[in-house]
Amino acid sequence: MTDQAYNFAYLDEQTKRMIRRAILKGLAVPGYQVPFASREMPMPYGWGTGGVQVSAAVMTTDDCFKVIDQGADDTTNAVSIRSFFKRTAGVKATTRTAEASIIQTRHRIPEDALTESQILVYQVPIPEPLRFLEPRESETRKMHSLEEYGLMHVKLYEDISRHGHIATSYAYPVKVEGRYVMDPSPIPKFDNPKLGDCPAIQLFGAGREQRIYALPPYTQVISLDFEDHPFDPSKADHACGLCGAEHSYLDEVIIDDAGGRMFVCSDTDFCRSRQEDGHKGKDAA
Amino acid sequence: MYVAVKGGERAIENAHAWLAEERRGDQTVPELSVAQIREQMTLAVNRVMAEGSLYDPDLAALAIKQARGDLIEAIFLIRAYRTTLPRFGTSQPIDTESMACDRRISATFKDLPGGQVLGPTFDYTHRLLDFKLAADSDVTEAPQRDAPDRRMPHVADFLNREGLIEEAPHDDTEPRDLTREPLEMPADRPLRLQSLARADEGFILSLAYSSQRGYGRNHAFVGELRIGQLAVEMDIPELGFSIEIGEITVTECESVNQFIGSKTEPPQFTRGYGLVLGQSERKAISMAVVDRAMRWEELGEDNVGAPVQDTEFVLYHADNIQATGFLEHIKLPHYVDFQSELELVRKLRREAGAEQVQEAAE
Repeated sequence: MTDQAYNFAYLDEQTKRMIRRAILKGLAVPGYQVPFASREMPMPYGWGTGGVQVSAAVMTTDDCFKVIDQGADDTTNAVSIRSFFKRTAGVKATTRTAEASIIQTRHRIPEDALTESQILVYQVPIPEPLRFLEPRESETRKMHSLEEYGLMHVKLYEDISRHGHIATSYAYPVKVEGRYVMDPSPIPKFDNPKLGDCPAIQLFGAGREQRIYALPPYTQVISLDFEDHPFDPSKADHACGLCGAEHSYLDEVIIDDAGGRMFVCSDTDFCRSRQEDGHKGKDAA
Repeated sequence: MYVAVKGGERAIENAHAWLAEERRGDQTVPELSVAQIREQMTLAVNRVMAEGSLYDPDLAALAIKQARGDLIEAIFLIRAYRTTLPRFGTSQPIDTESMACDRRISATFKDLPGGQVLGPTFDYTHRLLDFKLAADSDVTEAPQRDAPDRRMPHVADFLNREGLIEEAPHDDTEPRDLTREPLEMPADRPLRLQSLARADEGFILSLAYSSQRGYGRNHAFVGELRIGQLAVEMDIPELGFSIEIGEITVTECESVNQFIGSKTEPPQFTRGYGLVLGQSERKAISMAVVDRAMRWEELGEDNVGAPVQDTEFVLYHADNIQATGFLEHIKLPHYVDFQSELELVRKLRREAGAEQVQEAAE
């Protein structure tokens, strides 16, 4: 049952058309940040208004929608966004990655490989990878158009000389098709390798900053690094306590007053389906 | 045995139920009506209309009630509602000389055509708590006189006759619309004014204050401040002429600023402009001062690096709905990013520790 007072998926058709144009432009120029006239949404900026607008613009009645926040379907904001679209678009919702045709995500890429029939929509807080090196939008736009990325390499180099490592562990910058340096949104760098050569369409929406960018299927995406300091997609050196997975991204959970802890998959759907298949971790009942 | 946390949905429902209960407060106390808020919390209603960019006192009052008096939350409710409204067209520019003024003062001339009209101002009240208000109080009727049957000329126009103040730039091009196009730099003056008109009152106040204290100083006189009602007219294509579609209250401030002249301009006074929906003179004066400060480039003044001169800084940070959203979003879950930071800090500490052990051994 959808709310009658609002258009399908909340936004009016004119607005959706404007957003779709921005998306198409983004797909045509992978990694380029397309300005768009972001609307005020009924949830606050910072809660995923960019992702919600992109999802609303690509959604059809046949879609099956999944929302994850921190990899989980049942975190409060994921619940809230899912119920928003159930209410305003009446689309089917799922928690299973394989069943979903649109997956809106905050801070993770699902562990299971995506397919050509899927769209992954990222919520983006700060779309500009150069923002913390140069706060001015007028400057960073110039730097992108001149392909002037020296500042970024200097920053990474300074990290290495100071700490011995590149001290960026999430929102790790990437270069798209040898042209634009792009912020992959605050996903852990563990997820970066999944960005490139991905069969699914990847769309990035930043509502407050009024930017949309995109990766068409099978785009080359390379995490910035140096020959002698290659990119390292590290994660906690443990296996999942519930399903025993050794190559999934893990959350650390404090389980008692003495500070005892365990590690569990951040992708809840991945973890659950492994447990259903009979996999068991060392902390499972 | 650890079980992954579930139940976000129920937690949200329960939180909303509790919120509704808290909003109502003690049920033995009579409930506030929207009309009471509209009539007795007028200045709050005005702020919500101004920063919500929607002139509707009833909706603003409803938003204040729903937001438990949190004005930024109320502004957010209005903005989210406004964005769904269809646009029928654009009104004629309002003519503030035709304003029915409740208040009209000039700080630059002792007397002037149309006179000084104090109006309902706090300015000369003594800020003593009025304990009579704690009980019910009857209001004695304020003395009345007939409204002057004339247009209220602008003070700046008198200065303009002598050429002492810059000509107000006249431009008939359609201004860009901040709510329908992404904000892009450089922003021209209409766009800057549009942004300032819906900007956070506190932010604009502090910026104007910083300018007064010397960070990009441009000494301002309030040439004129006026508050009153105006007709809004719109061209109706089917009729072929414009008709009045309603009346709004606005506050207008025109500042008169020192200017010693530059290479291209002779010494003369310059203008800053503020216009805000509803009665909000603090905001209108602040807006005029900030507007004037941001014009440094066009007037050939020095950029002294003051925050108020930095248009990009001001416009990107003036919207309280954007600001509060992004600020408060850091309370949302960030365990994935935090986890990756944890791993990094542990790794760096391990290596630093190993180095120290080695140094000690040497």
